[in-house]
Amino acid sequence: MPKLKINGIEVEVDHGSSVLDAARFLGIPIPTLCHDDGLTPYGACRLCVVEAANSNGARPKLLSACTLPAEDGLVVQTHSARVERARKLLLELYVATAPQSKTLQDLASRYGVRQERLAPKFESCIQCGLCVRMCQEQMMAGAIGFAFRGAKRKVARAFDLTSPLCRQCGACMYICPVCELRCHGANAESTLCNGCLNFATVCFQSYDQAMCFFDPCHACEIGGPVRSDVAVKLSAVKSANEQER
Amino acid sequence: MPKLNSITELDAYRATCLQSHDAQRRCLTVCAGSGCTAGGALDVLAALRKDLEKRGLQDRIDVKSTGCHGFCEKGPLMIVWPEGIFYNRVAARDAVAIVASASNGRQPVEKLLYQDPVTGQRVLREDEVPFYARQKRILFGNNGRIDPKRIEDYLRVGGYSALARVLQGVPPEKVVHDMKRSGLRGRGGAGFPTGVKWEALRANPATPKYIICNADEGDPGAFMDRSLLEGNPHSVIEGMIIGAHALGATAGFVYVRAEYPLAVEHLKVALQQAEELGLLGENILGSGLSFRIKVVQGAGAFVCGEETALIASIEGRVGEPKPRPPYPVQSGLWGKPTVINNVKTWASVPQIINRGADWYASIGTERSKGTMVFSLVGKINNTGLVEVPMGITLREMIYDIGGGIPKGRQLKAVQIGGPSGGCIPASLVDLPIDYEELTKAGSMMGSGGMVVMDDTNCMVDVARYFMEFLAEESCGKCFPCREGTQRLRELLTTICQGNGKEEDLELLEDLSWVMKETSLCGLGQTAANPVLTTLRYFRDEYLAHIRQRKCPAKVCRELIVYSIEPTLCDGCHACVQVCATQAILGEKKKLHEIDAGKCIKCGACLEVCQPKAVLVS
Amino acid sequence: MQTNPLPASTSEMEELENLLRVCEDSRESLIPLLQEIQEKYFYLPEPALRRVAQKLKVPLRDVYQVATFYSCFSLEPVGRNLVQVCLGTACHVRGAPNVLDRILRDLKLPAPGTTDDREFTVRSVRCIGCCGLAPVLRVGRNTHPAMTQAKVKGMLNKYRRKEARQAEKAAEAEHAEVELHH
Repeated sequence: MPKLKINGIEVEVDHGSSVLDAARFLGIPIPTLCHDDGLTPYGACRLCVVEAANSNGARPKLLSACTLPAEDGLVVQTHSARVERARKLLLELYVATAPQSKTLQDLASRYGVRQERLAPKFESCIQCGLCVRMCQEQMMAGAIGFAFRGAKRKVARAFDLTSPLCRQCGACMYICPVCELRCHGANAESTLCNGCLNFATVCFQSYDQAMCFFDPCHACEIGGPVRSDVAVKLSAVKSANEQER
Repeated sequence: MPKLNSITELDAYRATCLQSHDAQRRCLTVCAGSGCTAGGALDVLAALRKDLEKRGLQDRIDVKSTGCHGFCEKGPLMIVWPEGIFYNRVAARDAVAIVASASNGRQPVEKLLYQDPVTGQRVLREDEVPFYARQKRILFGNNGRIDPKRIEDYLRVGGYSALARVLQGVPPEKVVHDMKRSGLRGRGGAGFPTGVKWEALRANPATPKYIICNADEGDPGAFMDRSLLEGNPHSVIEGMIIGAHALGATAGFVYVRAEYPLAVEHLKVALQQAEELGLLGENILGSGLSFRIKVVQGAGAFVCGEETALIASIEGRVGEPKPRPPYPVQSGLWGKPTVINNVKTWASVPQIINRGADWYASIGTERSKGTMVFSLVGKINNTGLVEVPMGITLREMIYDIGGGIPKGRQLKAVQIGGPSGGCIPASLVDLPIDYEELTKAGSMMGSGGMVVMDDTNCMVDVARYFMEFLAEESCGKCFPCREGTQRLRELLTTICQGNGKEEDLELLEDLSWVMKETSLCGLGQTAANPVLTTLRYFRDEYLAHIRQRKCPAKVCRELIVYSIEPTLCDGCHACVQVCATQAILGEKKKLHEIDAGKCIKCGACLEVCQPKAVLVS
Repeated sequence: MQTNPLPASTSEMEELENLLRVCEDSRESLIPLLQEIQEKYFYLPEPALRRVAQKLKVPLRDVYQVATFYSCFSLEPVGRNLVQVCLGTACHVRGAPNVLDRILRDLKLPAPGTTDDREFTVRSVRCIGCCGLAPVLRVGRNTHPAMTQAKVKGMLNKYRRKEARQAEKAAEAEHAEVELHH
């Protein structure tokens, strides 16, 4: 059974596990976009990159944890400065690609993306491939796939005709991380939401802890990153900010 | 041809080939590589044959077409054996004179001899030509001597003797050990030690094992692999068979770009002849080794030069790379252990076997052994293929071998390694060329493309050009490469158009960094190199575009103005005829003027203006 | 070169069957098979792709993905003359993009593609390998070395049909007040 070191902690896992599996076993959170436990790992979103090297002293590389096999002697850092900088820049790029997505906005805020340097594109797909793999592997239909290459690459139906294999089950829409629309945070006018970046100010004024880990969060009546069904009350945040001043 | 069932039979057959060939017999070899062919080599061949027949000399003098000789600038090229007389810029109408000189052993045709551009002196033989004199052509040396479609030619120059040696008594482990000792590093670009790769494959017990030759050569401006496959395919085949013995492989594939039909043709002929002789197939030369090679054609995707994408392509899938690890030696073609090496790497194997690992390690620098083949192109007098020992300086390459920059212009930069490489500025011209030095300078060896640039090239435009290429060729699977190449391209275009901001430079660097660090495959990881190196060495050029809206090299269209100098214009009217937008006004013999509102700055008028009256500012 | 604007006919489907008969029914044969179809018909007709998917037992979405991924394949018929302009580095530094722009302008194409009358398809390609004679382009099987913008019009005219050549001449005479001679 392979033995590896993650953040200085030694862990032994089943043969065939990935570094992502091993990290989760240790309770270390690693952000992902294109990963789903029920589907084969894809390695396309690059958000789960970790610093990894063999113990032979070679310079560590940033590799996607979901596809990296847990092997003997591997040394992994999941939250080094290099990794955090990479995640932050990736998310700046993601939120510029699809600013209407709540998942991406939440992640961007969590990683401290505060500036918009790139023009927003408002694309509705980040090509994480979850829908394609869902259709093929869980729904056993395989009605959609990728087509073309590079900038023109997209999820497509062959010849733009709905395949007879499609059973209209909707699993592809269910699993899409971009479909969920963003909440209207304090900066609703711009494409960078930053809604949940305002938690701390509000929470610590009225309570002595961040309320997002309480379910449901009533502090400013903004659903925390894990709750997308609670309606947003812009006024609550606005009045809290006014109190601050 | 007979089927050879043992090494003794091979030696005997080789002896027969040598005997039947009179080394003193006059032979006219004409380079028929793609470059010389476009320059009329086939007409030269036809004219030579016709004249020989006319004079009834066809039984006394041979005519042979060979692969690329390397000095493409001076093509079509010819060599007259056995003297080794070197002719350049040969045309079909020279055939009569050539045949006359060859048939009665008189003076060579003076005007076809290479002439030194400085001294005006003519030289007789190839090794006296400065372009060749400083090269060490262990891979390309035979291109000028053999007809790639005749295996007997290859046997005559010692071909397949390395294979015989190995099958006779060098066990697989020893072959791998020798590869390690030689210091040979993969010539496809990354420079991974070949022996270490082979050793890793041997450590993997899974079977069957596969060998692949990567002949995708996607770098624009690189044509070394093509020339080697066209001119000496057997050197690659022999290397692969030796590899099969060392690695325990049962099947091999040569993956060739779709754009190389001649290379595919010559390779197939060579494979067929090798099979006929029994050098491929079951129980090769009675050694027990069974190995076959198949040619697979690419379908137009630069990313298929990446090894996991190449494997996917052979399997019938799209060329989308897989994350590594696992590496192909662990899980490759159809999940089996696979070694992939570049054309030049495979061709080096027989040389190392025959002349020894220590001989190979004696060439080059401490960590980069052997020779490297470069395609020297761009703003350079002597364009062509150059094979030199590792460690030679850029200065020697450009001035001694390359003959310097044409039109008296100044060297500005050298782009090495294609779109994955970077630009080395003129200030580093004394840099020795080896893997480590190039990486330190921010570039990369790559597969050997070397594009020389002068002061009329805009480095921001160069970065933009490469980014356009990479955005087009990115497979699109992973996010940082797909989005990053597009965003970089957009940013660079904006800067070239004069609309850049100073903050854009930091953004360029951040995007480049994240692409380099997080992309799934080598294409994405190196895609930002042109941007990073130009920012590092030519930052003031970027700033000029941004702060002053000026393109110092006068290339970026939005930042230049075309005009006609009144004192130089002679009214010849040539510019009006080629103007794309009818932006030039003027009557014949009278002063012409360019209407800046209509001018699209295509440069057509600049091309045709004899008195050089068209100015760009 | 021929055009094939109509969907594959019965005789063409029969020819396709001949191609399919000799290939192995495995995933490995997909790309070589598509290459043969592309060479024969100058594009990949939809019925042909469906038949290939059926024969090789490869899902249609995968066949479609492969057909759209690689540059050698085209789902649209190409023009009678395929013009391929090399945009390799050596050609680029010697002015190939200007030559490409001139060709597009001459054929009234906004971007590389096929003209409405299906006479010309213009594409850019990566290195052809004749870097000493840059800029280079190919029309069909003919290689045109050392191209300049000035040579474009004459080069294209060699491939134009007679009627098109005359129409071009008339249009030019109207636009410009100056007489042009070829």
